[in-house]
Amino acid sequence: MGLFDRIKRGLEKTATVLSTDIRDLFKAEGRLVDDAFLGEIFAILVKTDMGGGPATEIRDQIRTEFRGRVIQMSDAFAVIKRKVGELLAQPPQPLRFAETGPTVIMVVGVNGSGKTTSIAKLATLCKNQRKSVVLGAADTFRAAAVEQLTVWSQRIGVDIVTGAANSDPASVAHRAVAKAVEENADVCIIDTAGRLQTQVNLMRELEKIQRVVRAQIPTAPHEVLLVLDATAGQNGVSQARGFSDAAGCTGIVLAKLDGTAKGGVVIPIRQQFDLPVVFVGVGEQPDDLVVFDVEPFVDALFAEV
Amino acid sequence: MFESLNDGLTAAFKTLRGKGKLTEANMRDGLALVERSLLEADVSYQVVQDFMAAVGEKAMGQKVMLALDPSEHLVGIVRDELVEILGPVDPSFDLRGDVTTLMLCGLQGSGKTTSCGKLARLLLNSKARPMLVAADLQRPAAIDQLHVLGEQLGIPVYSDRETKDPVKVCQDAVRRARDEGADVVILDTAGRLAIDQELMDELSRIDKRVGPDQCFLVVDGMTGQDAVNSAQAFNEALELDGVIMTKLDGDARGGALLSVKHVTGVPIKFIGTGEQLEALEPFRPEGMAERILGLGDILGLVHTAQQIVDEKEQQELQQRMEEGSFSLEDFKGVLTKFSQPGLMKKMVGLMPGMGGLTDMMDQADADGDVKRLVGIVDSMTPDERRRPKLIDASRRSRIARGAGVEMGQVTDLIKQFNTMAPIMQSMAGKGPLARMQAVKELQHSGMLDPGAQAPRVKKGTGKRMSPRQRAQAKKQRDKALRRQRRSLRGRNAGG
Repeated sequence: MGLFDRIKRGLEKTATVLSTDIRDLFKAEGRLVDDAFLGEIFAILVKTDMGGGPATEIRDQIRTEFRGRVIQMSDAFAVIKRKVGELLAQPPQPLRFAETGPTVIMVVGVNGSGKTTSIAKLATLCKNQRKSVVLGAADTFRAAAVEQLTVWSQRIGVDIVTGAANSDPASVAHRAVAKAVEENADVCIIDTAGRLQTQVNLMRELEKIQRVVRAQIPTAPHEVLLVLDATAGQNGVSQARGFSDAAGCTGIVLAKLDGTAKGGVVIPIRQQFDLPVVFVGVGEQPDDLVVFDVEPFVDALFAEV
Repeated sequence: MFESLNDGLTAAFKTLRGKGKLTEANMRDGLALVERSLLEADVSYQVVQDFMAAVGEKAMGQKVMLALDPSEHLVGIVRDELVEILGPVDPSFDLRGDVTTLMLCGLQGSGKTTSCGKLARLLLNSKARPMLVAADLQRPAAIDQLHVLGEQLGIPVYSDRETKDPVKVCQDAVRRARDEGADVVILDTAGRLAIDQELMDELSRIDKRVGPDQCFLVVDGMTGQDAVNSAQAFNEALELDGVIMTKLDGDARGGALLSVKHVTGVPIKFIGTGEQLEALEPFRPEGMAERILGLGDILGLVHTAQQIVDEKEQQELQQRMEEGSFSLEDFKGVLTKFSQPGLMKKMVGLMPGMGGLTDMMDQADADGDVKRLVGIVDSMTPDERRRPKLIDASRRSRIARGAGVEMGQVTDLIKQFNTMAPIMQSMAGKGPLARMQAVKELQHSGMLDPGAQAPRVKKGTGKRMSPRQRAQAKKQRDKALRRQRRSLRGRNAGG
């Protein structure tokens, strides 16, 4: 290396030092917050399925706060976690139970999101709280869905009301609620057939089920839970919109969070519809349903960082 | 399908359109919007990066400045690149010899069992004799579900409720296939999580010991960024031969397909577009890419139309369209043909730029509407059907009473007809390429903005000019133009 190059390199070093924030001068190691760094942050954010909007917002905040400084990745993620935590902050969301008489919980969602398994878990949860449960197998459309829920009811040891294949789901819901009232059960959980939120007729069917239920218990359904597949991407937002419009969802059950999917789509959902996450499904056993807690969820979102 | 992505991209290209020249700067904006759009469509971050890099590189190398319509230039590049990633396709089952074994695998709830049924239906259509095998021993009642499907299809289903070993079930089933008179065996395996090593091992045991001829990965069309991870895991555990993407009848953007293709590199075979067993279509990358880009898929439109209308009928229809004598009666005929569940919306969705219209149809409940529309046409006199212009307020109220609808709905139908008729006429009697062109023209004219009025189709004036007359007319036009320009220039200089 020639003398000139040496001088040039020396100057470059100085230039870097000069453009470094005084607070970071004495840090042993760290990263300069430049476009490459912000790009990496953006990639990590997008990979949680939170969507381009929130990811851009958070990246820009990091840019404003740290631009040109040398920081540790962990500094940046402390800020990110705080921000996401704020976005998801919600008061504790225990299930709302009716003051008197049975509590009716309706469970809705797209095909294959995990409704039936979530209902089995929910029933187990209620049973563990020494509440009596009646299940209503109102998914009369999908082949053998009734059988699937029946198997679960036997395993858990709860009552179930079923109907013939392709019979009117509202009539099954009606009979389930009637049985719950008659036997003075604590909880009545109604399963519904999976449907895409764009299928207008099927969405109207949900309204009909609600009308029928309300005819017996005016305050019912007390909870309408949307089961969301944690692997879902931005279509989750559309699901939340469609099901909230048609069935007035009160909360989300985030199913299948035990895989590699992060379920970050609940962030834009929370932003746009104020729909809280109530439970999280974390496994295949009936006990694998936990009450949603923001902090561990956010930690898991960025676990690999 | 794909409207959401469509809408995003349409917006992106609108910002490019009308700017005249495609400069490096405004291309960067356009590309950034495409990138954002792809991310919103759930294409994996890494795949988006690679894609944008490839598109950027190609666009930079070309003389986009000289292109007549730079935005179209970029559309072309983006489209070609999408097609390249998604293709090539091969919707064949590659049935060979005695008994062909197909194996379906995928995450829980991705739609494996339903896809098994749909595949069987497709095979039945091509005169094969499929048999379903219940190798999902995990999910309660999965065996029952497959039996119900088998009954609906009238095909044998093999299951063994005694054993807990899916490998044994599959081996026994393949051995039994010949006795059952089946020549294709479809294995419905248990859904699993990508990170569940034990279950993945079980799957690769089936793969090794049973040796299926084809192994398809079933992917939920609504999958997000995780598609990369799960596809990776299945790709490592198994020798995949193809991909089936399900639940594309909703508003899912389906960007996960790009990710899965990128990771596995195997052809995408079919897409699921509805709850009925018939709703499984061969995958076409051009269609997908063009749908994504808002160009629609005329070829798909033609293809579907050919399936519905028989050849003779089609020729008659074509002739009437060309003559411009396409009447409400014909409109009704077409509507009735399309009134099988879900088809109407699918057809309109295939039309380029009609994303907005399918939204409208969603609200309007397309399939139920067809019956009402047919009722309205039935309440008209033959004269009215031929010449809807005849229908004044009193006729309208009579028709509305007859069909049992509001008067506004009669008005809407006539409007709808007035919009559709010129489109059909302008596309009639042309090859696929000319049809594309016709639709492009329509797009430019702003016609495809739903709610806008339809352009009038040019009709012959009955006068044909000789080449000489034409040349003369052109000369005059040019002269007038020059004069106009000169006077404009003069005014500018003066002011």
